[in-house]
Amino acid sequence: MSEEMKDIILNYVIEEYLEDEDEEISYDTPLISGGIVDSFSMVSLKRFLENKYNISIPDDRATPEAFDSVTKITVLVDGFLK
Amino acid sequence: MTNIGSYEERLKNFSWSIAEKELGYSDAKTKNIGWYCSDRICDMGKAEKTALIWEGHDGTEKRYSFNDLRLASNTIGKFLKNLGLKNEDRVCLFMDKIPELYFSFLGVLKIGAIVQPLFSAFGDESLHVRLENAETSVIITQRKHVSKVRRILEKSPYLKHIVIVDYDGKHPLREREIAFNLEETVPVEEFEIFPTKAESPSVLHYTSGTTGQPKGVKHVHYSLISQYLTTKWVLDLIEDSLLGQEEDIYWCTADPGWVTGTSYGIIGPWSMGITQCVLDKGFSAENWYQFIEKYNITVWYSAPTAIRSLMKAGDEIVRKFNLSSLRHLASVGEPLNAEAVIWSEKIYGLPFLDTYWQTETGSIMITNFPGMPIRPGSMGKPFPGIVGTVVDTKTYEPITTPGTIGLIAFKPGWPAMMRSYWNNEETYQSKFKNGWYIPGDRARLDDEGYFWFVGRDDDIINTAGHLVSPFEVESALLEAEQVAESAVVSKPDEINMEVVKAFVTLKPGFEPTPDNELTIMNFIRKKLSPLAMPQEIEFVKSLPKTRSGKIMRRLLHAREWGEDIGDTSTLEDEE
Repeated sequence: MSEEMKDIILNYVIEEYLEDEDEEISYDTPLISGGIVDSFSMVSLKRFLENKYNISIPDDRATPEAFDSVTKITVLVDGFLK
Repeated sequence: MTNIGSYEERLKNFSWSIAEKELGYSDAKTKNIGWYCSDRICDMGKAEKTALIWEGHDGTEKRYSFNDLRLASNTIGKFLKNLGLKNEDRVCLFMDKIPELYFSFLGVLKIGAIVQPLFSAFGDESLHVRLENAETSVIITQRKHVSKVRRILEKSPYLKHIVIVDYDGKHPLREREIAFNLEETVPVEEFEIFPTKAESPSVLHYTSGTTGQPKGVKHVHYSLISQYLTTKWVLDLIEDSLLGQEEDIYWCTADPGWVTGTSYGIIGPWSMGITQCVLDKGFSAENWYQFIEKYNITVWYSAPTAIRSLMKAGDEIVRKFNLSSLRHLASVGEPLNAEAVIWSEKIYGLPFLDTYWQTETGSIMITNFPGMPIRPGSMGKPFPGIVGTVVDTKTYEPITTPGTIGLIAFKPGWPAMMRSYWNNEETYQSKFKNGWYIPGDRARLDDEGYFWFVGRDDDIINTAGHLVSPFEVESALLEAEQVAESAVVSKPDEINMEVVKAFVTLKPGFEPTPDNELTIMNFIRKKLSPLAMPQEIEFVKSLPKTRSGKIMRRLLHAREWGEDIGDTSTLEDEE
C-alpha cells in the first residue's frame, strides 16, 4: 500500500472536509462513522479518487464501511489499480 | 393493546382536549414547552428517571435524568438572559447531535425566545440566508462549526453573540464570541420560566421553497398538544410502569436541525416523560444495530433512506445482533416503499409504519396506526382530529372517485400547524385554497380511505427526506466561476429516493472535465450543504428553454425519470 497515496488522500480530506482547524486526524480516524464525511459528501470523495487515480469505483463498492478511514480507502483504491 | 385502541372509536369521540386534559393544560402554571419537557416531569415524581442516553462517535456514553434536563435548561436559560436576550428573540442552534443541543432547545424556550435549529452540515450561504431572514441575535455552536459563522460575520450585523459550548482556550476568542461550558457552570436550581401563552412563538424551522429563499416556518407553544398525542398514539410510547407495562426506550434517528428531530426527537417523547437515546455517529448498519442491542431500544422512528440502506447492508448482519427488544417501528421523511415494509416485517418481525407530515404541519397527519391493517406502500389514514382528503388540482374541490390523483389537503386548525412563514405572509396565504391547507404533494385515496403517495406537485427535490430547492442550487451554481447557466432537477436514486442532478453550460475557457465537475460539486457542498450538492453534473452545450427564455426543467426531469416529455410547443428552436 502506497504511503504517498495515503498522504494524498489524508490531505484531501483535511482540506475539503475538516472544518475545525485544530482537529487532527490520522490514517485510521473514522471518517463516515466519525461524522467527518457524510453519505452525500462521499460522492465527491469518490469522484476525487476516480479522477486522481483514473479508476472507476462501482457504487456497490463505495460503501460507508469502505470509506470509513484513509487506510480503508487506500486499500480500496489499490485494488482497482492492480 | 395499543395506546390508540380502536381507530374508528377514536374518530367518533375525538377532541384535542384529550391531550389538554392529560397534560393538565388549562391549569398549568405556564404553557411553555421547556417546562413541560423537564420541570413538569420532575414535578410528577420522575426527576431521577433517565431522560437521555447519549453516545458519541468515539463510544463515549452520557446519561441525563429529567432533573439534569431541568437544571441544564435552566442554566442555559439564565446564561442567555444574562446576555440580554428577551422573549421572541431568535436563537439559532448550530450543533451536531450533542447533549448541549437538546438542553439549549429547552433553555431557549424557557426564556420565551424563539429557537431556530439549523442542520450543522449547512454551508456558509445556507447558514447566512437563514440567520439573515430571521435576524437571529445569538447562535449557539461548537468549535468545529465556528469557522462557518466567522466567514459570514461581516454581513451579519444582527448577530450579537456567538456562543461556543466546547471552547478549549487554545486560540483567543474573536469578535462577538463567548465561551459557555455547561459542565463548568453552577447549575441553576430556581429559574423563572417566561410565562409564554399557547400562541407564543416557539420554534422556527426553515424549509426550502420552489422559488426564492428558504422559508421560516413559525410554530407556537400550543404545538405541544398535537406532538404529545401523536407521539402517544402513533409512536405508541409507554411511560407508565404503574400499569405493569415495560417502559419504552425510544430512538428517533432524526437530527434536530429538521422538524422530526424536534417534534419527535425532543418535544413528543420528553413531554411524555420517555427515556430516549441519541447516537451522534455517522450511519453504518453495524453501528445502528449495535446501538439498538446495547440500549434495548423498543420504539424506533427512522427514515426510508436509512431503512433502504439497512436493506442494502443485507440480512446476514442483522443475525449478529439481538434486536428482540424492538416492539414498534415507524418511518418518516419520504414515502416508504412497499418492499421496505415487507422486508422489515420479514427481518425484524415488525413492519415499519409510514407517517406523513411536513415542517409546516408540525405533527403527524396521515399514518398507519398501530393495530391497523397495513397496506404496504400506503401512507395510511388521517390522525383523529385531522380532516384530510385529496382535492382536484384546479378547483380544489374534494375528489370523490377513489383512485383519482389530486392534491393532499387538510382543513386548517390543528394545534401544531404553522402560524406563518417568517416575514412572508404572501407565501403563507398562497398555501390555502378553497378553505384547505395544501402541503404540495399529490396522492390518491383508495375505496377504504387509505392515502397513496404519488409525488411532489412542484420542482422541490426530496432527497433522503430533506427538501432541496432547485432554485437555490441553480442560484449558487451561477456563482461558481465555471458556470454560465444551470438547471437543477431530481434523478432517481435507489437509497435516497431522489438526488440532485445539475445540467450546466460552461463559460468560455472552461472545459467539461472531471476536475471541473468535482470543483463545482465541492463549491455547492461548502456553500449550501452536502444534501444540495449535485450528485451528478452533466455538461451541456445549451439548456432547453421556452421561446421567452425560461429554462424548461420539466423536460430535463422527464428525461431523468424516463417519462413522457409532454407538450414541447413552447420550446425554443434548437440552433
